[in-house]
Amino acid sequence: MNEVIIYAVSSLGVLAIVAAVILYFVAQKFKVFEDPRIDDVEEVLPSANCGGCGYAGCRAFAEAIVKEGTLEGFNCPVGGSDIMVDVGKVMGMEADMAEPQIAVVRCSGSVVNSPAKVKYDGISNCAAAATVFSGEGGCSFGCLGLGDCEVSCDFDAIHINPETMLPEVTANCVACNACVVACPKDIIELRNVGKKERRIYVACVNEEKGAPAKKNCDVACIGCAKCFKVCPFDAIEMKNNRAYIDFEKCKLCRKCEPVCPTNAIHEINFPLRKLKPEGEKPAAKKAAPAKAAVAEKAAPAPKAEKEVKKVEEPVAKKDSETKENEEKA
Amino acid sequence: MKTFKLGGVHPPENKLSAQAAIEYLPLPKQVIVPIGQHLGAPATPVVKKGDEVKVGQLLAKASGFISANIHSPVSGKVFKIDSVYDSSGYRKPSIIINVDGDDWLENIDKSKDIVKDIKLSNKEIVDKINEMGVVGLGGATFPSFVKLMVPEGKKVEYLVINGVECEPYLTSDHRLMLERGEEMMIGISILMKGLNVEKALIGVENNKPDAIEELKKLAKNFKGVEIHPLKVQYPQGGEKQLIQAITGREVPSGKLPLEVGCVVNNVGTALAVYEAIQKNKPLIERVVTVTGKSVKKPSNFMVRIGTPVKELIEAAEGLPEDTGKIINGGPMMGKALLNTDVPVVKGTSGILIMPDKESKRGDTSNCIRCAKCVQVCPMGLEPVYLSKTSKLQMFDKVEAERVMDCIECGSCSYTCPANIPLLDFIRFGKNKVGGIIRNRNKK
Repeated sequence: MNEVIIYAVSSLGVLAIVAAVILYFVAQKFKVFEDPRIDDVEEVLPSANCGGCGYAGCRAFAEAIVKEGTLEGFNCPVGGSDIMVDVGKVMGMEADMAEPQIAVVRCSGSVVNSPAKVKYDGISNCAAAATVFSGEGGCSFGCLGLGDCEVSCDFDAIHINPETMLPEVTANCVACNACVVACPKDIIELRNVGKKERRIYVACVNEEKGAPAKKNCDVACIGCAKCFKVCPFDAIEMKNNRAYIDFEKCKLCRKCEPVCPTNAIHEINFPLRKLKPEGEKPAAKKAAPAKAAVAEKAAPAPKAEKEVKKVEEPVAKKDSETKENEEKA
Repeated sequence: MKTFKLGGVHPPENKLSAQAAIEYLPLPKQVIVPIGQHLGAPATPVVKKGDEVKVGQLLAKASGFISANIHSPVSGKVFKIDSVYDSSGYRKPSIIINVDGDDWLENIDKSKDIVKDIKLSNKEIVDKINEMGVVGLGGATFPSFVKLMVPEGKKVEYLVINGVECEPYLTSDHRLMLERGEEMMIGISILMKGLNVEKALIGVENNKPDAIEELKKLAKNFKGVEIHPLKVQYPQGGEKQLIQAITGREVPSGKLPLEVGCVVNNVGTALAVYEAIQKNKPLIERVVTVTGKSVKKPSNFMVRIGTPVKELIEAAEGLPEDTGKIINGGPMMGKALLNTDVPVVKGTSGILIMPDKESKRGDTSNCIRCAKCVQVCPMGLEPVYLSKTSKLQMFDKVEAERVMDCIECGSCSYTCPANIPLLDFIRFGKNKVGGIIRNRNKK
């Protein structure tokens, strides 16, 4: 009886030793070295796997950082600079602080501003619709409102407003670039979030000349270059019959917004201008009620009041102009 | 009776304008001539604002190998060269001419006399067809001279002539065969000479018995021309389907008809070739069917390229009150127009005005896996799978399932009992895959 136990234990023991020796040499032979920092970096990353950084996922991003051994040119849009600082700690280096960004929809061709001339009856897919027709309102540059951006968003940050049929970006946006890629009309752009989340941008990408652009949409940029002339910082460039505000150069002085004859320039999160806050810019309010709501929420800072005083004159002028226009209409 | 083997549908024919003889429309006041009317690179304008042009004068020169010359369809003054909305609402560069009189270039033979002798050699024929801006008038507007330039090592046995007109409603080719049969036959002989082939096979569906009879009568005088009556089946007008219906040969996936020794041309192209070679007349006019169930006078018009579509509708006694959609082309493959200011171009074969109640899409329900779309697909594809993968943007799978073979005939969408817009998704997928392939080839 004892013999059987001894045989069994010893033969299995010998087998185990032989296998261990083989496995040891195999493991030596096929050893793959993986930098432990990859795991550490991945741990820090948000694990959203959105691809916003340009890599296939957080793991691939971590591998790329460790492989390159630098943080230059790497940015996790979801985590922002906080995460990049943490990654820097793991890697033992300084992270360059990338300005946080947000997606901005550069079209205001809502159902009110650009009423439908034809009815689209096809599939609900912007990319497919863009290949067969220009858009219900007639503007071939404007938003189709079929929601490819909404589908592409992993963060529940962009939604089509059923009233205006335009996408609206919420605070959830992490600037992962997915909607920018999804939009067949190149309307969505990533812009710096800006100081106190204040932004000024031209909400139009129409490249037609003024008259046809305005014919299809009340709030189209007509390329009049008034904002270009008024900008003290050379932040506005005129190209293809439209204005573009460079967010790197823009100092948020608010001089361009009141001179725009079509209200194509939008400002977000600024306090209301002091002068006649109610009667001011009725068209703009109609165009973007959500934007106005956001603006109302923001508490007026004393510094901003100073700014308002500076631009009082053009505001008054603008106000009378809009009224005149309204009377004409 | 012969037809193609795989798939196909038979929608109601509705050839309302079959008995309406071709009418010449009065000249419009202004024509809009887009510089990209053909498949391939847009032409480069050679006139400028303010130039006086005559009928037949070169307006824009072909740029690149696959491109076509564009000639002035009218005489008058170039009003401007500007971008104008095309049928899908995007702006395309066009030459706009204010019409003044009808002054033709002197070397164009305007008479109705039929010139039978073919004097040019085959090389000259190809060059002349190129020079006169002749493109395939069946719908794809592929420059015709390219088809005549057979690469070395390939042998063409048959010239296949497409007189099928399988799209419901359209009758422009039908009327051409009836009224201009003899000129067309000479055009076919010219094409045969250009290609160096002995045999031309004309396919005509048997819903046009008068045209078949007329052509058979004419064919006695032309050596090597055969008429093949075919069973009515959509999409027999697709070149691959037509070759199979007439010769029984199957064009391999992704290959041209040349692979099986065939070159396909439309009857309208044959007439344009006749006019280009024998009459020196560039491609400046074409037959357009204006039809629809509530149109008062369904007609076939011979119109100059660049005539606004609204003038054609006016000539057919106006837009009916219950209009739901105006379609450029036939009901199966045509595209809805956004407005009627757009011009007739080389590829416009018909304007179909659909009543409101017929133009709406039905409610979509779920796929019940009935496989009807698979059954009717003339290319042997699986539309249900293609549309699903396109919808999910899985373009590698779409490509692997041979989306590039799809001829966009719409049989799948037509037959689907659940009203699923299969073709819309497939077109989207095909578009994307086409872009992916082009990018890959660039690298």
